[in-house]
Amino acid sequence: MYKAQILDWLQAVKDPEIPTISLIDLGVVRGVEIDEVTGTVSVHLTPTFAGCPAMDYMKRDVERTLLAHGVPAVHVDISLREAWTSDMISDAGREALRRHKLSPPPVLGNQVLDLDFLEYAECPNCLGNNTELRTPFGATLCRAVHYCHDCRQLFEQFKPV
Amino acid sequence: MDPKLDLLYRLADDQLILGHRNSEWNGLGPILEEDIAFSSMAQDKLGHSLQLYNLLHNLGEAEPDTVAFTRNAPQFHCCQLVELPIGEYDFSLTRHFLFDHAELLRFEALATSSYEPLAQVARKLRGELKYHALHANTWMKRLGTATEEAIERMQGALNFTLPYALGIFETTEAEPEIISSGLFIGEAELKSRWLESITKILAQTALDMPDLNLLTPVNGGRYGQHTEHLQPLLDEMAEVFRLDPTADW
Repeated sequence: MYKAQILDWLQAVKDPEIPTISLIDLGVVRGVEIDEVTGTVSVHLTPTFAGCPAMDYMKRDVERTLLAHGVPAVHVDISLREAWTSDMISDAGREALRRHKLSPPPVLGNQVLDLDFLEYAECPNCLGNNTELRTPFGATLCRAVHYCHDCRQLFEQFKPV
Repeated sequence: MDPKLDLLYRLADDQLILGHRNSEWNGLGPILEEDIAFSSMAQDKLGHSLQLYNLLHNLGEAEPDTVAFTRNAPQFHCCQLVELPIGEYDFSLTRHFLFDHAELLRFEALATSSYEPLAQVARKLRGELKYHALHANTWMKRLGTATEEAIERMQGALNFTLPYALGIFETTEAEPEIISSGLFIGEAELKSRWLESITKILAQTALDMPDLNLLTPVNGGRYGQHTEHLQPLLDEMAEVFRLDPTADW
């Protein structure tokens, strides 16, 4: 009951660079534990990319949000125990990325992350796939730049990994 | 040295030093996309080195910042390939191609390391390294099939860089134990996988693969023997830290 409440509060914590998506829908929150005796809430985070400079902000935002709701103590740890993959983005998260005009990564399932995957992207404007990878490196570590031949527009994609 | 420490220092130092070199393309890339690509790879590699220095810290070594910023060149275990100045774009691209193919294969193999904390980091890094290899392949193929000047320059860069690249696979005394304990498949096996991988890409270009048996590997880096280029890099990288180790920035 209480854990559902914590998760609900955490829905308000958004990615510092993509304000439409919550850390939960992004798959960055890997677990929440509540110490019944002390009331301390532990939140486990994992970075999307190992060198992500936004992790400290995410940690701070999780702490602030829960403390503001009256949680007595918050402990946030960041680890690679359960390494993030782009399949951890929820369906709601994929919609949230589209709202920010970011192409969501294709779902990998059990397939190998090969060139076909890295080069594929759905245009966030027309939702078509007549697109081409222009460069695997964009404005942040998690974004690649593609071009839509139908819209004749560059667009950014959240990289599959 | 303990085989875990021996292996981790080599991995971490390679990432840190090449990460720093890549960052030197910031603002200087031949086109905007390449400026961003080398800067992004720099950020990735610094992040990767931090993960590896954290593993060392958990094994009793000093804090990551201390390890990264307070050692001098003879205490570094990187191969000499990564410390060479960025030079012209043909060299930086060729180094990136030769190094990151080895790095991708290395971390794919480390994903099943008997040392679970390292395997966890490797499972994270290998996906990211695919983008580095993809980027290198794209430009090797593009320039390696372009104009006469481009092909000539890329061939020159390849001939110059390969002996240094062979130094990636220099082994240390810990090698037999690293292999027997299941920490890692070992440098010889990695080198043979690497050779297959780069040959496949080079075959799609007009570039000739020199006979590796005729080349002398540039070794010594794993034992702290470095070129005159490493110490100035370290001095620049650590300038702020050495002025005020407690500065928050």
